[in-house]
Amino acid sequence: MMRYLIVLLVMLLPVEALAVSAEDVMKKSQATFHYQGKDFKARVVMKLVSKGGQERTRELTMLRKNYGEAGGDQKFFMYFFRPADVKDMTFMVYKYPAKDDDRWLFIPAINMVRRIAAQDKTSSFVGSDFTYEDVSGRDIQDDTHAILKEEKLGGQDCYVVKSAPKKGDVNYAYKLSWVDKGNFLPLKEEYYDKKGELSRVFTADEIKRIKGFPTITKRTMKNLQSGHRTEVTYTKTDYNIGIEDSLFSERFLKQPPKKRIE
Amino acid sequence: MSSIMRYNVIARSPENFRDDEAIAIMWNKDCHAPMKIGARNDKNSYFQTTLLFSILSTVVCLLMSSYAIAADVSLHGFIQGNYSADAAKSNPDGGDFKWAEERVQLKLDASKEPFRLFLKTDAFYDHIDEKARLELREGYIDYIEKKWDLRAGRQIITWGLGDLIFINDVFPKDYEAFFSGRPMEYMKKGIDGAKIGLYPAFASFEFIAIPIFEPNNYTNAKRFYMFDPMPNVTNREEKDPPSNLENTEFALRAYRDIAGFDASVYLYRGFYRKPYMIPDDINNTTKITYHYPKLSVYGASLQGRALDGVLSFEAGYYDSRQDRAGTDYTAPNSQTKFLIGYQRQLWEDFTIGLQCYNEYMHNYSEYVKNQPSGLPKDRKLYQLATVRLTQLLMHQTLKLSFFSFYSTSDGDYMLNPEIKYNFSDHVWAAAGGNVFGGGEKWSQFGQLDKNDNVYLQVRYEF
Repeated sequence: MMRYLIVLLVMLLPVEALAVSAEDVMKKSQATFHYQGKDFKARVVMKLVSKGGQERTRELTMLRKNYGEAGGDQKFFMYFFRPADVKDMTFMVYKYPAKDDDRWLFIPAINMVRRIAAQDKTSSFVGSDFTYEDVSGRDIQDDTHAILKEEKLGGQDCYVVKSAPKKGDVNYAYKLSWVDKGNFLPLKEEYYDKKGELSRVFTADEIKRIKGFPTITKRTMKNLQSGHRTEVTYTKTDYNIGIEDSLFSERFLKQPPKKRIE
Repeated sequence: MSSIMRYNVIARSPENFRDDEAIAIMWNKDCHAPMKIGARNDKNSYFQTTLLFSILSTVVCLLMSSYAIAADVSLHGFIQGNYSADAAKSNPDGGDFKWAEERVQLKLDASKEPFRLFLKTDAFYDHIDEKARLELREGYIDYIEKKWDLRAGRQIITWGLGDLIFINDVFPKDYEAFFSGRPMEYMKKGIDGAKIGLYPAFASFEFIAIPIFEPNNYTNAKRFYMFDPMPNVTNREEKDPPSNLENTEFALRAYRDIAGFDASVYLYRGFYRKPYMIPDDINNTTKITYHYPKLSVYGASLQGRALDGVLSFEAGYYDSRQDRAGTDYTAPNSQTKFLIGYQRQLWEDFTIGLQCYNEYMHNYSEYVKNQPSGLPKDRKLYQLATVRLTQLLMHQTLKLSFFSFYSTSDGDYMLNPEIKYNFSDHVWAAAGGNVFGGGEKWSQFGQLDKNDNVYLQVRYEF
């Protein structure tokens, strides 16, 4: 009798409770990709490689602290080691969902902190193939999401999600994401331009568990149209290190604390 | 040693047309006669330098001995060539270059908590004067505590929000560097003093004491044409405020966030950094003495995100303490200065910056009444607009920029187009031009009409 009752109850549950919505997948993916831990730190090396093979390197320490739930406010602090002409520069972002970020740049040669007016949706991050938004994440509600299919990628079961921007505020028409069903990290992303041609491809090249958090420690963004690509490696990656709120201030932009940036 | 540490002051601006402190550029409203008064600084500079090095070496020794084993030391710097050629006319002394030098900079950074030592030293060879020199650009010790810190020594301080327009940035500038096509960082001169930072939860504070006065550096009269109302008077001398407790300059900035805007208030008590002239006899001048009148500044600024960009407001009241009534023509009148700035990214890697600046002279009728005939008169309201356009290309390795000043009240202008390319992660070069014109022969940029130049900067950085 009890068995029949359970079956009946299960049948009465709404269909959505069993199926995963595309939005849920992208929310979970965002939470894993951009919001894990209370805070996060990594030494980031970005190798910019031109079609002809010329390489340039940007190296920075990136610190991130969450304020609230996944999808909520975040603060970023970055300190640049390389190239030489930007050494000792620091950059700070207060990121808000659903409105423009606040950004400050410190220029050590003249000891000056300035707000900067860059738009994160289209601006390249330090000249790389990543935009600011690729680095810090895009608001889930800025796109409509649909699961196109489920398939294996590199042996991992994935959802393939199509995300189309609601507004034409980015320089692509839509994006396909291969989201790992197990840890919800994006293993691959394809960006299609307004003509429907593949323009950029993101791949997660190495994933490690750090303090239990699955983390993409090597990634590449390739621009298929220009032949330019950017390879990013995270080292010294750590979570929940107790970053103080006070770090995200003019004081420490000017004098970044050694123990935080090393 | 002393002259090495300072920019050579060849000539200084005489009459009080306008205070140029406000505007990077405003400097040159004045006129400069070709005479060397740099000597006045030498003794002072010698003491500063000696004092500074004594302090530094003591601390270095301390650091080196007990601490230094674990100190974190880094050495960086650059090698640079910097040349600026006349584009309109040869220099007053017949030369064809405003600037021509090779330079090496070394930056030593050593830290061992809670201390940090920073030294930035330049060595350069000047092809125009055919001299090799050393210059301590910055040299200070930091002491850092959780809620406060201290920085003592030669340091660069930048306040205010203006882009090449300075209201509350009351610290010394080098206008010659700016007009000669040198990299922007050379426009700022260090101060020799101490800064205390206090960081309680409700706001942050910077308190600065400057015991040794440092004037602005203006253009060299051998290299630049400038307006001089009394070109025949060659007997000129310059008087710095003597270094004593009473003349110590004080500056305070308090800042915090207010509803998403960065808000600051500023106080300054010290001196104008532009010299004003005192003729021995206005009707029959045989000697001109330059002095730095007493000044207090009360100001505020606000900056935040608005209208899809960044919006800035800055204002300051310049209290000319030696001439509050406005009747003394040898000191400037008090002024109110106001700036609105707006910056926005219009498309990928293209940014536009606009500024509108106003300068209002108080007690203008007294000024007009007392200004000797034969000296040009300032307007009651001076207005200046600026435009900055920046486009980054080729993965931000190529930068095209354009900056212009245009005075809507005086009708003169300065244009500065520039192209900069990073050949690699270590080598960049920039080429540009400075074009001046319009207005009157004594107005800010108008007087620089014959000084157009094209410049090249090449740097290897390590």
